Parts: sequence; C-alpha cells; structure tokens
Amino acid sequence: MAGAAAVAVGGAGSLRRPRHVALPAVIFAAFALLPAFAALTAQHYLVDTGTRIMVFAVAAVALDLLVGYGGLISFGQAAFIGLGAYAVGILSTAGIADALISLPVAIAVSMLFAWITGIVCIRTKGVYFIMITLAFGQMVYFLATSLAPYGGDNGLTVEARNTIAGWPVLKNDTAFYYFALLCLLASYLLCRALIASRFGRVLRGAKENATRMAAVGFTVQRFQLIAYVIAGGIGGVSGFLLANSTEFVAPAYMAWQQSGELIVMVILGGVGTLDGAIVGSAVYLLAEEWLSGVTENWQVIFGPFLVLVVLFARGGLIGLSTRLSTRLWRRLRP
Amino acid sequence: MTATLFLVQVLNGLQFGVLLFLIAAGLTLVFGVMDFINLAHGVQYMLGAYLAVASYGLVGNFLFALVLALLASLGFGLLLEFLVFRHLYERDHLDQVIATFGIILFLNHAVRMIWGAAPLNLPMPEAFTGTVQLAPGQLYPVWRLVIIAAGIGVAGGLYILVTQTRIGMLVRAGATNARMVSALGVNIKQLFMIVFGFGTMLAGFAGVMIAPIISVEPGMGTNILILAFVVIVIGGIGSIRGAFVAALLIGLVDTLGRSFSIDVLRLVMAPSPARTVGPAIASILIYVLMAIVLYLRPAGLFPARGR
Repeated sequence: MAGAAAVAVGGAGSLRRPRHVALPAVIFAAFALLPAFAALTAQHYLVDTGTRIMVFAVAAVALDLLVGYGGLISFGQAAFIGLGAYAVGILSTAGIADALISLPVAIAVSMLFAWITGIVCIRTKGVYFIMITLAFGQMVYFLATSLAPYGGDNGLTVEARNTIAGWPVLKNDTAFYYFALLCLLASYLLCRALIASRFGRVLRGAKENATRMAAVGFTVQRFQLIAYVIAGGIGGVSGFLLANSTEFVAPAYMAWQQSGELIVMVILGGVGTLDGAIVGSAVYLLAEEWLSGVTENWQVIFGPFLVLVVLFARGGLIGLSTRLSTRLWRRLRP
Repeated sequence: MTATLFLVQVLNGLQFGVLLFLIAAGLTLVFGVMDFINLAHGVQYMLGAYLAVASYGLVGNFLFALVLALLASLGFGLLLEFLVFRHLYERDHLDQVIATFGIILFLNHAVRMIWGAAPLNLPMPEAFTGTVQLAPGQLYPVWRLVIIAAGIGVAGGLYILVTQTRIGMLVRAGATNARMVSALGVNIKQLFMIVFGFGTMLAGFAGVMIAPIISVEPGMGTNILILAFVVIVIGGIGSIRGAFVAALLIGLVDTLGRSFSIDVLRLVMAPSPARTVGPAIASILIYVLMAIVLYLRPAGLFPARGR
C-alpha cells in the first residue's frame, strides 16, 4: 500500500517534531489579524468567510486526530456538528440561550452519541468502520428530518446568538469571530497535546500495527474509543459555532456529503498534520466561494480536481509544499 | 391495519429490497474482490436512469432504451475504471474515498448541467401499465411486480454465475485472496475490469427499472448508496448471498417500519406523541438493526472467508 506508506511517512515526519511552531504560528496570526485587515480594506465579508472557515476547521482538526493519528476513517463527523447545532437550536426554543449552558450541552450530547455508537464502530475495522460511521451519520440525519416539532426537513431558526453569562457579546460579528478563533485554538492545542502524550503514542502505534500494540499490553479499542469520543465532542463545539454563526439549524448540516467535505478538507491540507486540517478548510471553502462565482455547478470543476489531488499530490498541500521547499532548498544549497 | 394493506406493504418492501440488492450486488463484489470502496456506485444508478430517459427519447421504445442504457452504463463504467479507478486499487481506503467522492460531485452536477435540475420521467412499457387486484378494492401496480421478478431473476442468475461457472469461481477466489489468485496465473486486472463493469451495469439496471415509478433527478443515487452500504455491511462484504438476504431484510424493515410505526406505537401511547415519535423511530430502524448485527457479528451475517 504505497499510498498508506506515503501518508504514514508524512504524518510521522511531522510527529518527530511535535514542537514545531512556525506554521501554526503563521496560521493563527493570520486569523488573528484578518478582522483588522478587513476593517482597513473595508471588506467586511472577510470576517464572515473567516468565521465559516474556523467553524469547519474545528471539526476538521478533530477528524484529523482520528484519521491522521488513529487510522480511523470516520465518515460521520458531520453528525456531531449537527448534534451540537441542534443542541443550541432546541435549547433556544426552550428559552435557554446562554453559552454557559448550551456549549457544555452541545459537547456532552455529541460525546454521548460518540460513546454509544463508538462502542459498535470501534469493534469493526477498515471498510466496515468507514461504512458504519457513515450509516450512524445518516441515522442522525434522518432523525433530524423527522423531528417535526423542531422544523423537520426545514430546520429551525435560532432566535438570537447565545449570550455568555447573560452578556450578548457574540451579537457583534468581530467578537464572534474571535470567540470562534479561541475555540479553534483550544481544539488545536488539545489535539496536539493528546497526540504528543502517552495516549497519543498508543493511538499512533495502533494505527501502525494494532496487533503489536495489543501484544505489548494495551487495550487498543479503549484508546480508539476515547479518541472517537473526544473528536465527537470537538465536533459538537463546531456545531455550537455553526448554529450561532448562521442563527439557523438544519438537517443538511449532517448530510453525509458534509462528512465527505470534512474528509476532503483534511486530505487536501495534508492528513496527519493538524495544521493541514485548518489549511484544508480554508482552501476548500475559499475554492467553493471562488468557483461558485465562476459557475453555478462549481462541483463539476472541483470533483475532477479532487481526483487529480489523490492521483498526483500525495500528502495534500502541506506534503506538496514540503516536497517543493525541500527540492528548492537542495537546489539553492551549493 | 388490514391483511391486504399489510400484503401491499410487504410487496412494496420486497420491491425496495430487490432494488437495493441490484445496487448492492455490484458494490459488494467490487469491495470483496478488489477491496475498493466505491462511493460513486450510487451515481451509476442515477446515470442508468438518465441514460434510459435519454435513450427513450431517441428510440421511443422501453426495451430498446433499456438495452441502450445498459450498454452505455457498461461503457461509462469501464471508461471510469480505465481513467481513474484502476489507479486506486493499490491505494489506501482514504484515497479511494476522496477520489470517488470527487466523481460523485462531478457526475451529480454534470447531470444537472446536461439534463437540468427538474425531475424527468421515463414512461412505463405499455404492457405493464396495468394493475392487479390483490383483494376486492385493493389494486397493485404490475410494474412493481415486474421489478420484483426481474430482481429475483437477476439474483438467481448471479447465484448460478458465481457458484457454477469458471468466472464465478475466480470471483469467489478473488474475494478470498486476490493476490494468491494473481500468483496462480489469472489475469487479475482483467477480472477486476469484468467485475467492475458488471457491477456498474447492475446498478444501471436498477436505475432503469425504478425510473418509471420515481422521478429521475440529480442526487437520486446518493441516499440509496448509503442504504446499499448498510446492506453489504449487514450481509458481509463480498457475499452475494449475504447481500440478497440483507437487501430484502432492509427493504422490508424500512417499508413496514415507515407504514406501521405510528399504528404500532398507538397501541402503547397516545395518538399525538405516536405521530411524532413514529416517523422518527421508523427512520432510524434499519441503522439500529445494522448496529445490532455488527455488534454481534462485526463481519456481517455471511462473511466471505479469508478476511
């Protein structure tokens, strides 16, 4: 499996330097400065675009923890976005619209669902795992479409953005932007700390060779289940942000295409790098915005592009840029 | 909930199950023999329906349109195999997921560009437009019975093909250990291509058969793909027999669940909550079934040996 080997090498390469800070520093600095740039150039839509990117980047980072470090190709990540979003939506119809309640509930609901389904999913391997996560994602999707009291197919409108301890600060778009940035930073740091920890080493070991890890004495499935539950919880955070940023909740948030798009983001940026998940989200959403300006059916261009990325650009954009820079460096050296 | 109504829903469930089988059969073979996860299988089903509509526009006869659509489906499947899929067999599942996802995006929207987003119709062949009387006042469309018969016919044909012929033997051997089959001197690439083309054609056939009773529209293949996945996971990847049993099971459980969940719930709760909870339970029934099966047997009901 040449592809697997290439991906694994790319992932391991970045793991040997768990303290690399240059790229993430650049990424987060760029996010932090974006609203100022938008204000200076009077392009307010940039703040909205940036928020959207970060909302999905939160879920993509968690997915990369599973795919890139656990070898668990989950095709149901969007379900957790949906669960988080519906937690916000349903609580707001019940008159509870404070982030101090709805954010923990969004996380708890997602983690609970991840735990219950994870017990079944983790028992399966390979293609079975992909398909069973996909099927559980669909299960939540259809459950949401049949929730007549909460809008069913049409979804439901969130009255207003959540307050924080009664303080309506998130109503301001720039404040919300920085709140999303904070969530992204927290998710990123949590995943990074997990990967560098003993827990993460077991998870990575199980990806390389589960039998060997079991022989060493680890209950591999327990580690994988915990990773799955954590990734689910972070997906819930993403859902919380999505519901608040759009002030609308719909079953479409957890359509399986959305899960597919999240995997695309992770692969596009470079699987097993965490930074790649953020870069991939940005590239995907910007490409969507740009291409949909070119043609209404922008997927007709983007679909073949994906096929070409898989066939020719292994390791995603980060892998590609690493290879190019190494080549350039070799040429520049005397 | 009278007996004839129940019979009608059982027939509907069978018809749905047979349709799922036609799609799942190709999917499970491609999985089993090539260890290749093909998300684009659902769009082949959609394409079959569209090609039938287009061919019908050309020849004006259902049977000719069916043959043309099948040939076109086969040709298109082989073209995709040649251009993209054969470069992915050696890759890991993640690469396969992404590439075939890209193909879904492309085809769903290419179809929208060519034929428009509005739903299209394929007229039923004249001879089968009628209904049969199941009981006094209870009519049932003949075409659905034709679909059931065609599906069972294909299942029987496949069974003979897989168990009694040389190519079937190679397919079974390939599902157990493709590398070993290749080492024994069988041209595995050719076998892959035949299996792939055949699977594509079956999905296309399902699309053509269902086209007269549903609206042909972009995206019609995406949700049914997930159901086909559920079918092959429950049946055991690589097993035609498993796919058949699981497809009928899923078809019946889903159809009967949707038809009778409210009635059943009303036996134990008030009508108004039953109307809310019933559809919700019905919509997740098959996934719960899948979870139970996989919890008890992680490799499905009829796992292909050797994996």
